Amino acid sequence: MAVKPRDPQEAKPDRVAEQQEAYAAWLTAGTRLGLALLVATFLAYVLGVPAPHVPIEHLPRLWTLPAHEFRSATGAPSGWGWVALLGKGDYLTYPGIAVLGLTSLACFVRVAAALAARGERLFAAIALAQTAVILLAASGLVSGGH
Amino acid sequence: MRLRLLPAAAFLLAWCAPAFAADAAATAWWVWPLALFAVSFALGIVAVLAGVGGGVLFVPMIAGFFPFHLDFVRGAGLLLALSGSLAAAPALLRIGMANLRLAMPFALVGSLTSIVGALAGLALPTAIVQTALGTTILAIAALMWRSKRSEYPEVAQPDRLSALLGLRGVFHDPATGRTAEWRVHRSPAGLAAFAGIGFLAGMFGLGAGWANVPVLNLLLGVPLKVAVATSGLMLSIIDTSAAWVYVHRGAVLPMLTVPSIVGVMLGAGIGARLLRTARAAVIRRFVIALLAAAGLRALMKGLGIWP
Repeated sequence: MAVKPRDPQEAKPDRVAEQQEAYAAWLTAGTRLGLALLVATFLAYVLGVPAPHVPIEHLPRLWTLPAHEFRSATGAPSGWGWVALLGKGDYLTYPGIAVLGLTSLACFVRVAAALAARGERLFAAIALAQTAVILLAASGLVSGGH
Repeated sequence: MRLRLLPAAAFLLAWCAPAFAADAAATAWWVWPLALFAVSFALGIVAVLAGVGGGVLFVPMIAGFFPFHLDFVRGAGLLLALSGSLAAAPALLRIGMANLRLAMPFALVGSLTSIVGALAGLALPTAIVQTALGTTILAIAALMWRSKRSEYPEVAQPDRLSALLGLRGVFHDPATGRTAEWRVHRSPAGLAAFAGIGFLAGMFGLGAGWANVPVLNLLLGVPLKVAVATSGLMLSIIDTSAAWVYVHRGAVLPMLTVPSIVGVMLGAGIGARLLRTARAAVIRRFVIALLAAAGLRALMKGLGIWP
């Protein structure tokens, strides 16, 4: 492996670093928001404000079931059905999870735009394809939860 | 000394859990999130010290020794690995250790197959997934035991795909003051490897640092520190897609997920501080033993030998 002074190769890494900086900034914001939401709403959940959809004291005999049986036994929703239950303590925590799950999506939209503006079509296309994959998963279309 | 006691206490707690689990429904509900928090906290410490993600330890340990169904443990494991990697990635990107351009093509393939893995994992009978999990964890323990690493791998010639994608860079290591150019070879094989890694990550809810790093470092020829940092970034992308499948299938229980995430993240913070003084080789051997025990337990549970 050649070891060289940094200058001759500076141009390429610096251009990438600019996009990395944007990606990192969006990642920081999304992660902080998601984790803060998750912890705050979880505290409300265990304090019983508001009341949960599934009573907490019933959980020890329910969490031994597979997910589909848990849903049948409790009437828990699949897909984006949790949005209708946001007034319940257990589902109040879901927006925090959703923010964490959508943070990378937002980062790739931002990076795809930056790459397209620079004329880096191949990497802009990869970023857009990644956006599509996360959107596909988040939509619930493939997991039967839309 | 105290450092050695923490993981040992977690291990003991996990080992005792089946005694509670035998009559799990009779145990007060709050015992479980507290126990999860304590075990996750200790796992967070040893995971950082051993250089592995928390998910690979969390899933077999919790699935093996706690009463929760494997579906919920895998959902929590994925979100735990996702949260940890999301939190760590910005700093690694800013200092130039993680490389976004390198991560993008491989993470794209991995995130696609992680969806397939998650769907397969949730569709297959639990005993089969548990048995496969045990086998995979034992294989990971063996891989960690035997794996070698290369600080600056030699790449004579980049392949055509990596040349087309411009997968190369300049890495400055502040620890040694060394600045080195790197480039990538065998990228088609790398894409195939990440397809497999994504599938396993989705199926078992494992973070995939244990596989990402050797593939980036030994197969693709990326310098070790760039490989470790980029692996974390890739994990945050790959696990995102699989995590959504678990959310949509109702396999995410906040009562399991949140204490685990908070425990591992706080533990990882302590682990990072202890990194300078800890005897990493000893911790790594301890983690391999922990993985072997948890893998064996998962295997026996899956085969019905020790339900």
